[in-house]
Amino acid sequence: MSQLRDQIQTTIESEPVVAFVKGTHERAACGNSLRAMHALRSLGASFTAVDVLPDPAIRQELSALTSWPTIPQIFIGGELIGGADIVEELAANGELEAKLNEKLGDSWRQTGAEKTVAVTA
Amino acid sequence: MSARLEHLLRGAFPDASEVSVVDRTGGGDHFHVTVVSPRFRELSLVDQHRLVYDALAAPLDDGSIHELRITTKGAT
Repeated sequence: MSQLRDQIQTTIESEPVVAFVKGTHERAACGNSLRAMHALRSLGASFTAVDVLPDPAIRQELSALTSWPTIPQIFIGGELIGGADIVEELAANGELEAKLNEKLGDSWRQTGAEKTVAVTA
Repeated sequence: MSARLEHLLRGAFPDASEVSVVDRTGGGDHFHVTVVSPRFRELSLVDQHRLVYDALAAPLDDGSIHELRITTKGAT
């Protein structure tokens, strides 16, 4: 397994809520990445963003790891929740909040500010 | 291109009560696909979307699809 894939895996496992996006938490470079981050914000969930744009290998390794071909990809407590369509739907029907509670207890409401972290080979 | 996607989806979901492909921008690479099929019953949304991704693996891999929105429903 590549070093980059290890870093991606570690980020997924160690951060409570992770959003692999095009762009950053402050400036999405893609409409779907923005939709997914909006859905998380609509519940007051903070998250850690990872920008896949700096290196095409990030997206390749992520998709190899998850067998999910598109960006964004949202993880809660290490579990792939889905892309923008799924996260929006789950935010609207209450299931996203239930998943956050199930995986993270109450901590997701208090996990500090949004941030963007880098993964590098 | 929309016709190709619809053909792939109809092949993968022969029992679908609805398959639609919308070219969102008219540019032939941003699509919104909707599939209503009893195969989705009892599956999580992640697994439902995985089945759609599997059906569209070729155009996803060769770059024909730049952006894909997916709506899935189990038939009622």
